[in-house]
Amino acid sequence: MIDAVPPGLVLLLGGAALPLVPVRLRPAWILGLPLITLWLSWSVPAGAPLHVQYLGWHLIPLRVDLLSRLFALVFSIMAFGGGLFALKQASVRELAAAYIYAGAAIGAVFAGDLMTLFVFWEIMAVASAAVIWSTGSRAAYGAGMRYLGVHLFGGVLLMVGILAYAKTTGSIAFDSLSAGGAGRWLILAGFLINAGAPPFSSWLPDAYPEASATGSVFLSAFTTKTAVYVLLRGFAGEHLLIYFGLFMVYYGIIYALLENDMRRILAYSIVNQVGFMVTAVGIGTPLALNGAAAHAFAHIIYKALLLMSAGAVLQQTGKRKCSDLGGLFRTMPVTMACGVIGALAISAFPLTSGFVTKSMINQAAADQHMLWPWLLLVAASAGVFLHAGIKFPWFVFFQKDSGLRPPEPPANMRYAMYVFAFLCVAIGVYPAPLYALLPFPVDFVPYTGGHVVSQLQLLFFAGLAFFAMLPLMARTLTVTLDVDWLYRRGGPYLYGMLRQRVERTGTVLSAAAQAAAHRTLSWLDRYHGPEGIFGRAWPTGRMVIWVALMLVAYLLFAYAGRY
Amino acid sequence: MNREPHWLVRLSTIRVLWRVFAAVLLASVLAQLAVHVHAEFGVGGRFGFYAVYGFLSCVAMVLFAKLLGTLLKRRDTYYDD
Repeated sequence: MIDAVPPGLVLLLGGAALPLVPVRLRPAWILGLPLITLWLSWSVPAGAPLHVQYLGWHLIPLRVDLLSRLFALVFSIMAFGGGLFALKQASVRELAAAYIYAGAAIGAVFAGDLMTLFVFWEIMAVASAAVIWSTGSRAAYGAGMRYLGVHLFGGVLLMVGILAYAKTTGSIAFDSLSAGGAGRWLILAGFLINAGAPPFSSWLPDAYPEASATGSVFLSAFTTKTAVYVLLRGFAGEHLLIYFGLFMVYYGIIYALLENDMRRILAYSIVNQVGFMVTAVGIGTPLALNGAAAHAFAHIIYKALLLMSAGAVLQQTGKRKCSDLGGLFRTMPVTMACGVIGALAISAFPLTSGFVTKSMINQAAADQHMLWPWLLLVAASAGVFLHAGIKFPWFVFFQKDSGLRPPEPPANMRYAMYVFAFLCVAIGVYPAPLYALLPFPVDFVPYTGGHVVSQLQLLFFAGLAFFAMLPLMARTLTVTLDVDWLYRRGGPYLYGMLRQRVERTGTVLSAAAQAAAHRTLSWLDRYHGPEGIFGRAWPTGRMVIWVALMLVAYLLFAYAGRY
Repeated sequence: MNREPHWLVRLSTIRVLWRVFAAVLLASVLAQLAVHVHAEFGVGGRFGFYAVYGFLSCVAMVLFAKLLGTLLKRRDTYYDD
């Protein structure tokens, strides 16, 4: 029976129990849970060892194959790294929420049916909002509410979609969703909202940078990558996703170029990176799907590393804007080096994890003779270096001397960065173990002379473009409007305007109603009132006389008749 | 604070860094003489394609972002009140 322990549940319940654990034991609990989950995810046998009949539904809470295991493994690694990074700094509330969130994500990727998936999907939404809220700031409260609103909306689409799908196909098994009519499209919409696809990309850069220095590390990993997983599972080869993905790739780059908040730059680049994966899912060949899965794996690690580096800076300086930062390499060389390794990995520099995974995606587009997607992906690869690979380290650690001389972050934060920096390089240098975990057999060699030379040319000249246009990149104290304007400003504005309209219309209407009522009453009064022609009151006195006279007459006739 | 500036930010160092960078740029293009780059769609194999394409696409992205910024940028206290 031990074979069938759902690994996600261990992390989820363990996280929920964290506040009850004695303070002395908490570090062991925090570091132990993800390791147990990692071991369980690794050792749980392939297949579907758990089946449950519930309310007439056939539920499969645990379905294990290469794809679900790959994501469960990287989620466990992520929970461990995030837990180590947050060990001493995060509140118990935040850590408990983060572990519930991570556990639910693992539960979601092991879900073999759509109902189980939906349950974990919603737990993720609430737990991740709780992670955002745990800073306790007003900004975080608002951002968390907006975040939750978008995700609950996505959840509703997903739920309606699942029900429609179940009605059409008679099944809730979660495999490739190639049939199912409207239900299928609603499910796709629900998935895409969590992936950060348009028009709902802005929830991500709106919410994640408002979490704590440790919270945003957790947030970067699970929601969007669970979405990539479900797209891989359900919608592989859906060509529509190529357009969504390419839009996300460029949205991320352009908005990140305009951004001043260091963690928001990284948040936009999550959308950018997930865009590569979504595009690959849309291309749909085994190489593309392997690329999407592998890139998700690598991305979780280097993005967490980047956010750890940014989180360490935030924790040590209290500052988050590029315009306030700069020159930190002097006193935070370790944080800088780890940030640079993350930046090189996201840029897909040879010998880093991004190179061995992203090149699969670009190659898949080329193999399918998709000229435009390929050209756009290659240009975007240069753009990644521009907006995240150089911009983040440059403005935070170099640029100008901000005068700040913060010390390195505490040991546990540094160790977490070492572990993830090591993984970024290890996967890049020796990708075979990662390739062995991918859903399809890998027949791809990343390190050919041509690949390396072309990638280096691309990146070095992107770097040249950055420094050549540095004056154009000067940071300004600005935010950039996005679709979230609609519900942050447009919605309230529209509401205020409508309310004004309604009130004004109400005044006019009630005046008109009053006038009409008055007219009706006076008309009634005129014809049916006491003096009205229909309502003229005949004096009752006269009636009484007539009645009395008739009575008298009657009496007279009655007497007369008797005698 | 009147100490000598960090060696990395001295003008002489920055000059050296630019020279090294220029050499690296040149080397990455010249490497194509020695290494065969697979010609994707015919264009990918052209000499220096990735250099030119990478540079120009970055310039285009920055300029486009700049343009979009003039329309969509607001003070960063825009949402605060």
